[in-house]
Amino acid sequence: MADYIVPLVLFAAAALALGKKEDPYRHMLDGAADGLNLLASILPPLVLLLTAVTMLRASGGIELISRFCAPVFQFFGIPPETAILVLVRPLSGSAALAVGAELMAEHGPDSLIGRTVAIMLGSTETTFYTISVYFGAAGIRKTRYTAAAALLADLTGFIMASLTARLFFN
Amino acid sequence: MILGWIWTLIVFLSILFSVFTGKINEVSAATAHGAQAGVTAAIGIAGSICLWSGVGNLMDKTGLTGLLAKLLRPLLNLLFPGTKKDPQLRKDLSANICANILGLGNAATPMGIKAVKGMRLPHRPHMATDEMCRLIVLNTASIQLIPANVAAVRASLGCAAPFDILPAVWLTSITSATVGLTAAWCMGKLCRNG
Repeated sequence: MADYIVPLVLFAAAALALGKKEDPYRHMLDGAADGLNLLASILPPLVLLLTAVTMLRASGGIELISRFCAPVFQFFGIPPETAILVLVRPLSGSAALAVGAELMAEHGPDSLIGRTVAIMLGSTETTFYTISVYFGAAGIRKTRYTAAAALLADLTGFIMASLTARLFFN
Repeated sequence: MILGWIWTLIVFLSILFSVFTGKINEVSAATAHGAQAGVTAAIGIAGSICLWSGVGNLMDKTGLTGLLAKLLRPLLNLLFPGTKKDPQLRKDLSANICANILGLGNAATPMGIKAVKGMRLPHRPHMATDEMCRLIVLNTASIQLIPANVAAVRASLGCAAPFDILPAVWLTSITSATVGLTAAWCMGKLCRNG
């Protein structure tokens, strides 16, 4: 069932454009060129962050941090192996992608951990970055309960990602 | 600046841990491997990023954004009742949410900032309103149709069905957005009474 979603989205988008007498190919080309800019902007941070994360992994530090956080994570039903990702996710998107890619490579993209990591990455955002960019640009200084509510949503996302990974794929 | 602190902290921790584990030569070698892994990861997801940026742009240009905006109207009325009287604000708001759904993060940010600016109170311009908090929660819950970056990483690692996580991602996003918005609503009430 899920296998139909992506091909059908591609077909529907193109067919809709043709129906409106627009050229789907040209619009996709424009967007794909933008994608190249996006890629150029995420490659340098990926290099820097994966250097740091690979160092931490080589030092044996990631296992120690996971073990240290394990009781809290187990309480929420989140696999302790994902501790690093959960800690980094609200702060930086590229760091989270780097850590997530590392975890998926280590455990395998189709393992339970790999899938949990993928669902976490797909369903959460860089909360602190979003708050600082949106409110910073608009000159909002008194943010009241925004961070608390957004972080509660993140925590729910991490718990639900662990739960849905187990429910759908185990 | 925050990333500067995190980066330095991670490197410091690697050295600190390696003192105890005796793995300093592995840590040293990891600098070269890690940098290369960054390039490999970026190249590995290049195809998918370009493809989905293209599809996102196509959906935006063919009026899917307008259709989504129509479908989202009841939700916007519920979450942002103050925007009913302001058509420009409503347009920025729905453009922000639609860009998020279509996975156009770069397009979503400027619209979101415009929407926050439009929501400012004239007498207290530096204070976040309840509606701003809800907008941030909606943006950080990452409700998107196709999480292309993650699927790209999975595909680059040899995953046979990189999109099989879609239903789980949707369910997770919707749940976390609902919890976040409910929490924001409760905290908004408490703040007013307190």
